[in-house]
Amino acid sequence: MESTTSRPAALADIRMHYCPGCTHGIIHRLVGEVIDELGILQRTIGVCPVGCAVFAYDYFNCDMIQAAHGRAPAVATGVKRALPDRVVFAYQGDGDLASIGAAEIIHAAARGEKISVIFANNAVYGMTLGQMAPTTLLGQRTSTTPFGRDPELAGYPIRVAEMLATLDGPAYISRVAVTSPRNVNQAKRAIKQAFESQLHDEGFSLIEVISTCPTQWGLSPVDACRWAEENMLPQFPLGEFVTRPGNRGSRSPAETQA
Amino acid sequence: MALLNSSHGGKILAKGNEALAQGAIDAGCRYFFGYPITPQNEVTNYMSRAMVEAGGVFLQAESEVAAINMVYGAAAAGKRAMTASSSPGISLKQEGISYIAGAELPCVIVNIVRGGPGLGNIAPAQTDYWQATRGGGHGDYRTLVLAPWSVQELYNLMGDAFDLADRYRSPVLVLADAVLGQMMEPIEVTQSPIDPESLPTPPWATTGAQGRPKNIVNSLYIIPEEQEVVCNRLEARYREAAQRDMHWETHGDDDAEIALVAYGTSARVCRSALEEAAGLGLRAQLLRPITLFPFPTDVVAALAERVRALLVVEMSLGQMVEDVRLAVNGRCPVEFFGRTGGMVPTPGEVTEAIRAIAVGEPSMVRKL
Repeated sequence: MESTTSRPAALADIRMHYCPGCTHGIIHRLVGEVIDELGILQRTIGVCPVGCAVFAYDYFNCDMIQAAHGRAPAVATGVKRALPDRVVFAYQGDGDLASIGAAEIIHAAARGEKISVIFANNAVYGMTLGQMAPTTLLGQRTSTTPFGRDPELAGYPIRVAEMLATLDGPAYISRVAVTSPRNVNQAKRAIKQAFESQLHDEGFSLIEVISTCPTQWGLSPVDACRWAEENMLPQFPLGEFVTRPGNRGSRSPAETQA
Repeated sequence: MALLNSSHGGKILAKGNEALAQGAIDAGCRYFFGYPITPQNEVTNYMSRAMVEAGGVFLQAESEVAAINMVYGAAAAGKRAMTASSSPGISLKQEGISYIAGAELPCVIVNIVRGGPGLGNIAPAQTDYWQATRGGGHGDYRTLVLAPWSVQELYNLMGDAFDLADRYRSPVLVLADAVLGQMMEPIEVTQSPIDPESLPTPPWATTGAQGRPKNIVNSLYIIPEEQEVVCNRLEARYREAAQRDMHWETHGDDDAEIALVAYGTSARVCRSALEEAAGLGLRAQLLRPITLFPFPTDVVAALAERVRALLVVEMSLGQMVEDVRLAVNGRCPVEFFGRTGGMVPTPGEVTEAIRAIAVGEPSMVRKL
């Protein structure tokens, strides 16, 4: 049996700032393992968000850029256009990607930008004291929905994977979870497929990762995983939403004009 | 639209917006991220063809916000990158400009200023001087600011802007206006274009950590002591720029008792006014700052020692005049004449202002 106790070379050997039980550590590790397995550490550039993962530039051993809130897909676009033979990924949370950065993610996806986005969705703003996120569930109590999210006041949660799947630019979109060993293994396969899709120049890829926030949810790490599975997965079903290998090559400008 | 072919030599009739675009390409810039806004649209349209033909990247972004962040990414990758816009769009870019300054990245931003505030109009204005020279976004930083006054200078200063951006690892603003962007003048290209392949990749660039420790491009310094070090480093660069790269020029009579201070289009108007005034027997001089930040403070101070009064002329209600007054520091009276809202002062109005000061009735300047 393969030992998984060693640290991926793509992850720095330093203490992370994440709260106990936070699933960012798992997601970081999965990204790190994928970078290792693909042998792309020295040609990968990561873009980290504003939010809990803001310090991710210290945790990955590849070149890293810290972006303004929500702008990681635009920054990643600039990097990828400048260095098309490198691997560029953005790592974003739900407030960063689905709220303040909604325009940037939609248009990066629509352009078929050859970047991979890791989207951690835990239905809450973790770093800023647990406010409502665009993915907060109806009825979910947060620090700014103290009576539970009421759609009359605060609208409805956004299904990012499904929304982006309506576009023609994405080559691979999948929603996974890191709430159980089985889900974690599936999440890694999806992340690897996203990076492979980029390596094959297929187009935009995004992995939405259902994750937890024990601190702001007020639950133990184990209960938080159970809560995510029971409450988030019905709203955010797991699965692949776009699998279009060779997507970008399928419609040439000439064909479109005709 | 014909592309400006700078390789032919000789004079070419060029529109300001197209000249600056070609100036950027000839300066080795191969990454342009833009968004439509009048009166800078010729920049974006020109780039969509010329940049691609030069083997570079043209991308029409989904917003001004995205465009400046794409510049951030390409600059982080070590490339000469730029965006162009006009006043309302530049306001939207301020977040990104602050991050670029904080992350110590070079880039060039062109502002073809229009009348405001708000949506304002599409007429020429100089109402973004404060925003340009004070930093514009949040935090303790400045942007270097170049102010051309002709189509030729719009072309030439693009090369200077990229050089300054690289030298000081800072965003550089080229501050023009709707007159300069839209008018056509003959320009001459005397230098051969820069091959971007000849530009070195900066050691800090995030290009993939191949054979070196990883690089981080970042503007987050959670430890205040560290943030202060960064701000002090930026300040040191601005001081160095004031020593090495401050530019201005003078026109007219060196012995004049009245000196005008103006930049860009209003300086062109003032130069015409100098001729009109000379015809009336009024002797005046024009000081034209070319770098608005760093501002030629010592030059203005020296001028204030020599003349009877200064007259600042702007297409605003008075923004640069504050820098002039700080420089003069009471050495002589500083009068101001401006038109705003997209209005351009006429040489006749400026001549009248010179006359009012010359005859000892400066209060008449404010009633023009």
